[in-house]
Amino acid sequence: MIQKISEYKFLFGELVKRDFILKYKRTVLGLFWSVLSPLMTLTIQIMVFNTFFGSDIPHYTIFLFSGNLVYTYFSEATQSGLVAMAANAPIFAKVKAPKYLFVFSRNISSLINFGLTFLIFLLFVFFDHIPFTHNFFLLIYVIACMLLFNCGMSLILSTAYMFFRDLSYLYNVLVLILMYVSAIFYSVDAFSPIIQRLFLLNPLYVYIKYFRLIVIDAVIPSVQYHLLMLFYSLAALLIGTLLYKKLNHKFLYYI
Amino acid sequence: MSDALVDVQNVSIRYRVGDCQAIGLKEYVMRKLTHRYRVEEFCAVKDVSLQIFTGDMLGIVGVNGSGKSTLLKAISGIMRPTEGTIVTRGKIAALLELGSGFDGDLTVKENTFLRGALLGYQRQFIQDAYRDIIEFAGLEEFEDRPFRQLSSGMQARLAFSIASMVQPEILILDEVLSVGDGAFQKKSEQKMRSVIQAGATTILVSHSTAQVREMCTKVLWLDKGNQMMFGDTQMVCDAYEKFLGEL
Repeated sequence: MIQKISEYKFLFGELVKRDFILKYKRTVLGLFWSVLSPLMTLTIQIMVFNTFFGSDIPHYTIFLFSGNLVYTYFSEATQSGLVAMAANAPIFAKVKAPKYLFVFSRNISSLINFGLTFLIFLLFVFFDHIPFTHNFFLLIYVIACMLLFNCGMSLILSTAYMFFRDLSYLYNVLVLILMYVSAIFYSVDAFSPIIQRLFLLNPLYVYIKYFRLIVIDAVIPSVQYHLLMLFYSLAALLIGTLLYKKLNHKFLYYI
Repeated sequence: MSDALVDVQNVSIRYRVGDCQAIGLKEYVMRKLTHRYRVEEFCAVKDVSLQIFTGDMLGIVGVNGSGKSTLLKAISGIMRPTEGTIVTRGKIAALLELGSGFDGDLTVKENTFLRGALLGYQRQFIQDAYRDIIEFAGLEEFEDRPFRQLSSGMQARLAFSIASMVQPEILILDEVLSVGDGAFQKKSEQKMRSVIQAGATTILVSHSTAQVREMCTKVLWLDKGNQMMFGDTQMVCDAYEKFLGEL
């Protein structure tokens, strides 16, 4: 395993580099734009939703930003991951290469994007007079969980996409629905306790809530909560790996 | 029989054709529900067995669509056979359909590094070999151009140059000796001969029986996926040429 990783380190680096170049087309504005675009979404959402929810939710900007941060990372990583293998099919049809690397390299590009937006997020936190505490280091845990979760989901989607090419349209709809059920711009407090529990079935909500608890409420969630986050990540990764292992030899028949 | 470099035993490769391709999830569910879902199998290679040993030059002949390229893909590990086993020993360099799989928006240099990485070269190796590759392909003035701006001949030349930089134990050539213009063909053939002379066991697909007669020690003749003959060059080539004459 370790030997395999070091064997593919150079290839993986080259793939990340390529995805990065192709994404931003060697423009300075390209990278800048990828940060600007979520900020603009945020601005519009604040203008629209502040009237409805802003008075009840403290630090509403940060509340909304936490939601957007997690959601944007997820949707970008999985939507670009979805097509990752199919887009590189001409390569692995001619060269023997580990196909899953194409998926993970796209995820790294998305992670870099997320990292930049995260820095802006911290800046917003600072300007909103929220004290930085040691707890903030725990955010590394949620980011690691999200990385694993997004990689796993991308692997599942990318494998399925090899067989069903209309999945991209269906998935776009699903991602849109996810935006409304992940409590990004509203608080779940208005719902009954049972429904509030149901929200925990949604991994995105679980990750978003963790951000809010750490940053806004300055609370460290329970051990069980940490385990739930890890469970979602590992489950996605495990299902993805099993699906990929079972089906990756059939990809060539479907190109 | 463990000393064979390439040991192919009763290999069949079947593609699935019919409804499985390009119908999408919605249509798949609909057809499953209405019992109109049909898949057929297309057998590209049927029950092929062969063994080659160190120093052998295997030629594969056959008309178009006889399963030659599919068999090469299976031997080079890109594809897994549906039935049978393939055991190979040693490093394989497969030169299949050159020029495909490059990225048009990346520069020649970036593509060279990426392709090298895909072929399993290490960073140090490709850095050292980079100048030789560009020189051999004759693309010194095009290093920083996007790949899609190259002519198709140039693209194939670059692909050949990158792929031929290693000294493999097993070399797989799919009609690549006809790449580029006349001058480059000569150069690439020389290069291949030097790789072969350095001890690479070679598998060669060719439509030229003259070339096969000259270079190969064993020949496999495929027709519609069936193994027609496998053995001595003289014998198989004679039979194949007779077969072609009768068409």
